[in-house]
Amino acid sequence: MSDGSVILRALGPSVSVQDMGRPGRMAQGISRGGAVDPLALVEAAALLGSRKPLPALEMAVSGGRFEVTAPTRIALTGAPMQAELDGRPLRWGASHRMEPGEVLSIGAARAGMFGYLTFAGGIETPEVLGSRSAHLAAGIGSALESGARLPLGVDPEPDAPSMVLTQDDRFSGGTLRIIPGPQTGLFDEATFSRLTTTEFIRARQGNRQGVALESDAPALTSDKAKGLASDVIFEGDIQMTGAGTPYVLLAECQTIGGYPRIGTVLPCDLPRVAQAAPGTKLQFKAVTLDEADALTPRWEAQLQAQRAKLRPLIRDPHDIHDLLGYQLISGVTAGRELEEENG
Amino acid sequence: MTLEEALRPGTAQAHRPQILPAGGNGLLVRFALVAEPRAIAAAQSFHQRVTESDLAGLREIVPSLVSVLLRFDPEAVTRAEMAERLETLLSEADWLSAAPHPAQRVWHLPVALGGDHGPDLEEAAKLAGLSPQAAIDEITATPLSVLAIGFAPGQPYLGLLPEHWNLARRSELNPRVPKGALCVAVRQLVLFANASPTGWHQIARTAFDVFRPDQSDPVPLHAGDEVRLAPVSGTEMDALLKAGDPMGGARCEVRS
Repeated sequence: MSDGSVILRALGPSVSVQDMGRPGRMAQGISRGGAVDPLALVEAAALLGSRKPLPALEMAVSGGRFEVTAPTRIALTGAPMQAELDGRPLRWGASHRMEPGEVLSIGAARAGMFGYLTFAGGIETPEVLGSRSAHLAAGIGSALESGARLPLGVDPEPDAPSMVLTQDDRFSGGTLRIIPGPQTGLFDEATFSRLTTTEFIRARQGNRQGVALESDAPALTSDKAKGLASDVIFEGDIQMTGAGTPYVLLAECQTIGGYPRIGTVLPCDLPRVAQAAPGTKLQFKAVTLDEADALTPRWEAQLQAQRAKLRPLIRDPHDIHDLLGYQLISGVTAGRELEEENG
Repeated sequence: MTLEEALRPGTAQAHRPQILPAGGNGLLVRFALVAEPRAIAAAQSFHQRVTESDLAGLREIVPSLVSVLLRFDPEAVTRAEMAERLETLLSEADWLSAAPHPAQRVWHLPVALGGDHGPDLEEAAKLAGLSPQAAIDEITATPLSVLAIGFAPGQPYLGLLPEHWNLARRSELNPRVPKGALCVAVRQLVLFANASPTGWHQIARTAFDVFRPDQSDPVPLHAGDEVRLAPVSGTEMDALLKAGDPMGGARCEVRS
């Protein structure tokens, strides 16, 4: 009985359906794709009480206006964006109930790049190769256009209380842990060490395939890369272009490339790359293989960790028109809750 | 050499099999740094061996030109254990001098070479030191192997052509070759999955669709398949393109 749908209006330039992507298809030339910040889908699953990540609307830089045709809970995760439901401000990093006729407005990101809107019953567009993700580089699906309607699954528990969690901070740059990779040996010691001592900023050039980094440091090049056979490349790889500036590959990257790669960013730090807005400072730190392997949790483990952070969302008394009808004890708690920033 | 040692800057080995860490939960077995025939054959044979081996904890096998990427399940096996199992497989043979297994499948692929469907053929032939007709004859007489699938979905790297086809990429990017374009550089041919900018020289066009996301077998070509190019006229190619059949007149012969 999936008669619910979401109506998309006034969408930002790049909104698409994304789930955990299509892992395991590199031999077919298909990179994982899926959400560039998979942690945001895990946060949403925790907030909505889902046992697994759900397909969501991934919104680059800005969202749009949304209406639903059946009551549902929604989760707002990833890069914090301005959000209102019928003019009432909504907390980011939280779940909320939405009724037919109400208008959800999601504006510009206040930090980071990619915000996620998840519906508790999931988005039920057809699967292609086991996923609902648009893979723009592979020509699977496309960015969504204003006026479109997407089918939603039924919210299994529409009356469940709204929840909130403090999101892991990954929206303001910072340190990216890396391990060396198969082509690190092509670079000399001094170049590799400069990679980890240089402060980079996220360049303007970037999308779901990868982001370019800039610095004042001399070019990080290898003199052994000439005639190099094309080889497999994957999410997290730090490709060094001919100009010697790093380009970090993201979810929708190509699967074979000819540029040498100086190392690989750990999966747990990739959301920090994807969410870095142009101008954000980033730097690399090398870790050992053992440390890296301990830091590569599956989403199941991440979901457990996010669930442990859940708290009930208590509404701000200023938003409540009929204070008398409300339990004031909740109002007391709300003050403290609202002082916390979304991170 | 330990896994950590193999990753030190300055340690890349040009002509020796190496087991190298490759990102989270990945190891790469690489036979050379450049696309030399011995290393290509070694990667193909080792890919076949590891596919048949049924190694516990192995989750994904990705063959490439001179390497094979192995992704493992960290809950089932540690990186060190997987490296040890691969080392055992590697020690079974001298992969760099092993003769490759003959391909099980041979694709016969209609192509229109030169003219409107291969605008760079004359220039590429000249760079290879051949007349256009000699270039066509040589390319269609060479048994090609699918060396890798990648870059874009289903997109094959075919090769190797004779040494004089070791052409550099064009100095200026071709802003857009069409889907189905067959392009040459560095002794290889690439059959484009989608319209794309490229530095390779477009010498031909096919009507064969290398990626069919709505079909049960979305990527018909597999690494290790043999490909034979069957020349057709430009008019015949126009008809094949118009017919819109994703096979584009191709035929797959399975050897027993």
